[in-house]
Amino acid sequence: MSRLAATFEALAKSGRKALVPFITAGDPRPDFTLPMMHAMVEAGVDVIELGVPFSDPMADGPVIQRASERALEHKMSLRRTLAIAAEFRKTNQHTPVVLMGYVNPIEAMGYEDFANAAQRADIDGVLTVDLPPEEAEECAALLKARDIDPIFLLAPNSGDERIKKMDAVGSGYLYYVSLKGVTGAGHLNTADVETKLKQIRANTRLPIAIGFGVKDAQTAKAVADLGDGAVIGSALISKIEANLDDPERAKKEIVELLAAMRQAMDS
Amino acid sequence: MTEKYNMPDERGHFGPYGGMFVAETLMLPIQELNAAYQQYLDDPEFIAELDADLKYYVGRPSPLYHAERWSRELGGAQIYLKREDLNHTGAHKINNTIGQALLAKRMGKTRIIAETGAGQHGVATATVAARLGLECVVYMGAVDVARQSLNVYRMKLLGATVVAVESGSKTLKDALNEALRDWVTNVDNTFYIIGTVAGPHPYPAMVRDFQAIIGREAKQQCLDQAGRLPDTLVACVGGGSNAIGLFYPFIDDRSVKMIGVEAAGDGVETGRHSAPLCAGRPGVLHGNRTYLMEDDDGEIIETHSISAGLDYPGVGPEHAWLKDTGRAHYVNITDNEALEGFHALTRMEGIIPALESSHAMAYTMKLAPTMSKDEIIIVCLSGRGDKDMQTMAQREGIEL
Repeated sequence: MSRLAATFEALAKSGRKALVPFITAGDPRPDFTLPMMHAMVEAGVDVIELGVPFSDPMADGPVIQRASERALEHKMSLRRTLAIAAEFRKTNQHTPVVLMGYVNPIEAMGYEDFANAAQRADIDGVLTVDLPPEEAEECAALLKARDIDPIFLLAPNSGDERIKKMDAVGSGYLYYVSLKGVTGAGHLNTADVETKLKQIRANTRLPIAIGFGVKDAQTAKAVADLGDGAVIGSALISKIEANLDDPERAKKEIVELLAAMRQAMDS
Repeated sequence: MTEKYNMPDERGHFGPYGGMFVAETLMLPIQELNAAYQQYLDDPEFIAELDADLKYYVGRPSPLYHAERWSRELGGAQIYLKREDLNHTGAHKINNTIGQALLAKRMGKTRIIAETGAGQHGVATATVAARLGLECVVYMGAVDVARQSLNVYRMKLLGATVVAVESGSKTLKDALNEALRDWVTNVDNTFYIIGTVAGPHPYPAMVRDFQAIIGREAKQQCLDQAGRLPDTLVACVGGGSNAIGLFYPFIDDRSVKMIGVEAAGDGVETGRHSAPLCAGRPGVLHGNRTYLMEDDDGEIIETHSISAGLDYPGVGPEHAWLKDTGRAHYVNITDNEALEGFHALTRMEGIIPALESSHAMAYTMKLAPTMSKDEIIIVCLSGRGDKDMQTMAQREGIEL
C-alpha cells in the first residue's frame, strides 16, 4: 500500500481528515523549504504538497505566481525540488510528499528520467496541473510502475464520466478544485461543494482533498467535514510574502495557522 | 506523404504535437467549443454568414498583387504579395476573429476575451465584439502596451477594456497566461478568442481553418493570374496563423515549397531571439506540445524581436509537425534584416508592411535572386505597417 493510501486509511479509521499544506519549493529562498516542511509536520499536517516553480503558472493566482517567481530567482528547479524532498525523507519516513506543478519541467527532464528520479527521492504522488488524463497515459503508467500515485484534479464542471475517468487513472487521492478560478481566488461556497461531493462520491472511492478558497481554520474545517482533506496554499504563501525580510516569522505564522486548522478540523 | 493530409487526429494531435494540456476546469469548455466548431463547420447557414461577413465587412477577397518592380530589381523569381494588409483592421487577424465571434454568438456567450502581442489581434477582436455588442477584455503584456500604444488606443475606442499584464516577461506569453486565468474564472459566459494557431485543441485546427481562406484565395488567384501554381510560399511565423493560413490549402500540392520565417531578433546565436522552430526544442506550454524556447530545467525563457507579434516562445503545433516531416522549412531573419525588408517594400512598391510581415519580405529578398525569372513566390503580406511608425521612428532616431 502506498504511503498516501495508508495515510488516508489511518485517518479514516480514527475519524479524522487530512490537513494538506502547499508551499512552493525555494520560496522565498531554497534553504527555507526543508525546515518549513518539518515544522509543518510538527504542526500536525498529514500530507505535504510541494510546488515545483514554473515560469508560466497558468492556473495560479497572483500569490502563487509570485512564489514561483521568487523561487526561480534563486534558480529553484524540478531537480532541486526533488533533492529537497529526498533530504526531507532522510528524517521523516511517514509524511507523504506530493509534487505539484506543470508538465513542462517534467517533459524537459523526460518522463522516464523523472519517474526514476522521483522514485529515488521517495516521492509519493505527482499532481501535474496541465496534464489531464487524456494526455497523461505514458507519464501515469511510469509513475504507477514505481508505486508513485498520479493525482488528478476534479473541477465544479467535471461530469460523471470524467470523475469515473479520474477514478480509473488516478490513485492516492483526487484533488477537488472547489471553485472555477485560479488558486487563492474567490469565496468558498460550502453548499455547492457539498452537492458536488455527493456526485463525486457516487463515482469514486478514492479520498477527496478539497482546495482553492481554504483560507483559515473555519474554511478548513468546513471543507474537511465534506471531503477527506483540506488543501491550503495561497493563505500560507501570503505569510511568506508578508515577511520576506523575516523568514523565521513567516514560519512561525504558518505553523500557528496550520495548528489552528488542525484543532478546528479535529474538534 | 502520398495520402491526403488529414491532421490533427480527433484529440488534436499533429503527431507528437498539439493536444489538450489544460487544467481540469478548462476541459469542459474546450470540449464544448470543439463540439460547436465541428457542428458549424459543416452548417450551410453558418458558412453563408461567415462568407458574407468576410466579403462585405472584411473586404475579401484580398488581392494577389504581382510586385513587378521589386521582382525585376531582385532579378529572380516573380514575387506575388497576398495582400492581407488590405483587410479591415489592417491584418489577417480578422479572418479568425470574425469566425470565432460568430461561434461565440451561436454558443450564447456574452463576453469575449483575447490576448494580444502587437495589438492586431486585440484590435480585430475588439472590432468584432463592438459589432456584435459583446463585452470585450483584451490582455496585453505591459511591455507591448508601451510599444504599441496606438493599437491600445484603437482597442479602447472600440469599447474594449485593455488589461496591461505585469507578470513574467510582460509580453505575449504572459498575456496568454492571464487570458487563460480569466477564462478559467469566467468559463460560463466567456468565449476566449485565441489569435493564433496555438493553445489547446481545437484552437490550432479551428484558427487554421478560419485562416485557410488566405491560401484558398491565393491558389485560385495564382492559377487565374499566372496560369499555374506557385513554386514557393513564404510567410512569417510567430504563433504562425498567417503562415498556416497560406500553407494549409497547398499541403497536398507537393511541388509547392513552404517556408516559414521566424524572428531571429539580435541573431539566433546571441540567444536573444524568438525562433523556437530553428533553435528550440519540444515541450508543453499554453495547452499544446510544440517547439519552445526553454532552459534545461524546462522554464520558458524570454524572447526578443523587434516585432511584438513574433515575440513568443512557442509556435503552433502544426508547424512543429510540418517541420519534423520536412513538408515545410523554417528559417530566421534578424531585426536588422527585417528592417531592410520593411524599407525595400516601402520604397519599391509603395506598400508599408508590418514589422512581422517584414521578416517574410526580408527572406524573400534573399530567396528570389536564387530562383529563375519564370518561377513564382507568393509572400503573405500579413499586415500593414501603420502600427509600427513609432517603433520605426524611434529606431531611426526620429521624433514624431
